[in-house]
Amino acid sequence: MADKNNLIVYCEYEDGKVADVSLELLTKGRQLANKLGIKLEAVVAGDNMKDIEKQILPYGVDTVYKFEDSRLYPYTSLPHSSILINLFKEIQPRIAFMGATSIGRDLGPRVSSALHSGLTADCTSLEIGDYTDVKTGKEYKDLLYQIRPAFGGNIVATIVNPDCRPQMATVREGVMKKEAVDSNYKGEIINKDVNAYTRPEDFVVEIIDRHVEKSKVNLKGSPIIVAGGYGMGSKENFELLQQLADTLGAEVGASRAAVDAGWADHDRQIGQTGVTVRPKLYIACGISGQIQHIAGMQDSSIIISVNSDPNAPINTIADYVITGKIEDVLPKLIKYYKKNSK
Amino acid sequence: MSLNIIVLAKQVPDTRNVGKDAMKADGTINRAALPAIFNPEDLNALEQALRLKDLYPGSKVTVLTMGPARAAEIIREGMFRGADGGVVLSDRAFAGSDTLATSYALSAAVRKIGNFDIIIGGRQAIDGDTAQVGPQIAEKLGIPQITYAEEIISADNGEVVVKRRIESGVETVKAKMPLVVTVNNSAPDCRPRNAKALQKFKYAAVPSEVAADEAKKEFIEKRPYLSIGEWNAATVDADLAQCGLAGSPTKVKSIENVVFTAKEARRIENNDEELEALIVDLIANHTIG
Repeated sequence: MADKNNLIVYCEYEDGKVADVSLELLTKGRQLANKLGIKLEAVVAGDNMKDIEKQILPYGVDTVYKFEDSRLYPYTSLPHSSILINLFKEIQPRIAFMGATSIGRDLGPRVSSALHSGLTADCTSLEIGDYTDVKTGKEYKDLLYQIRPAFGGNIVATIVNPDCRPQMATVREGVMKKEAVDSNYKGEIINKDVNAYTRPEDFVVEIIDRHVEKSKVNLKGSPIIVAGGYGMGSKENFELLQQLADTLGAEVGASRAAVDAGWADHDRQIGQTGVTVRPKLYIACGISGQIQHIAGMQDSSIIISVNSDPNAPINTIADYVITGKIEDVLPKLIKYYKKNSK
Repeated sequence: MSLNIIVLAKQVPDTRNVGKDAMKADGTINRAALPAIFNPEDLNALEQALRLKDLYPGSKVTVLTMGPARAAEIIREGMFRGADGGVVLSDRAFAGSDTLATSYALSAAVRKIGNFDIIIGGRQAIDGDTAQVGPQIAEKLGIPQITYAEEIISADNGEVVVKRRIESGVETVKAKMPLVVTVNNSAPDCRPRNAKALQKFKYAAVPSEVAADEAKKEFIEKRPYLSIGEWNAATVDADLAQCGLAGSPTKVKSIENVVFTAKEARRIENNDEELEALIVDLIANHTIG
């Protein structure tokens, strides 16, 4: 008899390492499982997974379902989907999480469609709570609240899946905190027979070339970020931002509007659909502060907002507000930093 | 070898340029204040379809959209840029659909179109950013999917070769047709309108757009290429239990307008003294420097 009704996390595994986003989801998963009094489970599918349990168990994982086969790496949609669909039918999880990565966002919808279970993409917060259906009056206890900005970040919606299981959600990397609970946590490893969960025709998509590029941008690791929004006004003003960043030893970030305008590359986008950052200092230049952006930077230690609009929404979460033109303020900041730093 | 290509497109409110009047006082969206546009990544998808049509002469590109009758606007837009025709899937029964109910309805319409080699759509729509409908349609049709595509390189001998752009780099994959491909915005922009196509398809319309105008109706009836399909749940044999709110496992519990917990912000005047004092403070407390 399989153990049912638990919380499971699909863990991505590459180059001998479990992805950070998966460990972040295990951390969140452990907290929610404690609240619900259920077990935390993990499923991994890949190749050469040797001591993967050493990486996963410390996050408080009770059961690891391990699918090891050379055909499972690199990731392709069909075999990984089949594994999850068939495993979920068997162990009937109550809740399932995966990273909102190019893998999780490829896999999640396919699995949710096959199981007719609801899936909410790019959640920024996950909580447990009750729900009453307005129409039927039916009450539901302890549902997963899947909270995400919607409509381009202009509203925040709380989504629930009252009747279908598992309740599925994806979350971007960096949104949840990663924290192991016990380096000696005792969990069970269950090795699964890949052929029992997949069909030969699942392996029809063939990867003929893989070219891994190291990202030039390291927003997550930078203690200082200078970010520009639509209020920067032009690509030329973005150069000014780069100068300030170079002076301070910072990384340049951008809001979605600035990326859409073509002033910055996609890998510099901060927010719900970009990267989530928690730097020591965040200087927001010409960023009005849509929730979709705020969601990705609100935990910065110090926030400085430079904006010509004194009522820009971002000013409400800023520690320092400078009201003025970008092309006026930034050169002064550069000048006085150079003057006063040793 | 010619191909039958279906392009999935969505007419969306332009959430990228949201003004102050976009939200009503009660916290709901003021749709009237937002212009309706062709979802940007669906334009990237259309371009990939048109490139295949260039590469394999005789191929046919059909644009499929779900929405109100006015969504015929984006079908026409697609035709002005090189598509051969399209279908609007429209029914009150689809109102309130989540991604699963949407993909159910669209997959039923795809079945009705029938004989297709490739379905191409944008990775995601800007009003929801979920990226779920493409893979869910693939699952419902029981065919493979390739997401995050940047370029469809070839479609020979029943196999497509696609370049994908993912976080870790670039991947080139090969898969058998039929299949679903979803396209990223890192793919090339869509070509502009073609003057000849614009001339030819200017009066293309769905039946409900011309219902009240006998002359137009007759004009289109004589020229079948101007007729954009207008289908409803019954046309595509959709099971109503799987459509709209009833067919949506996810429910919206609540929607909130965004309110931030205001911090006590220090106002810095935009003058030399105050800006220098700020920099000196930040250096002194080791935030910078």
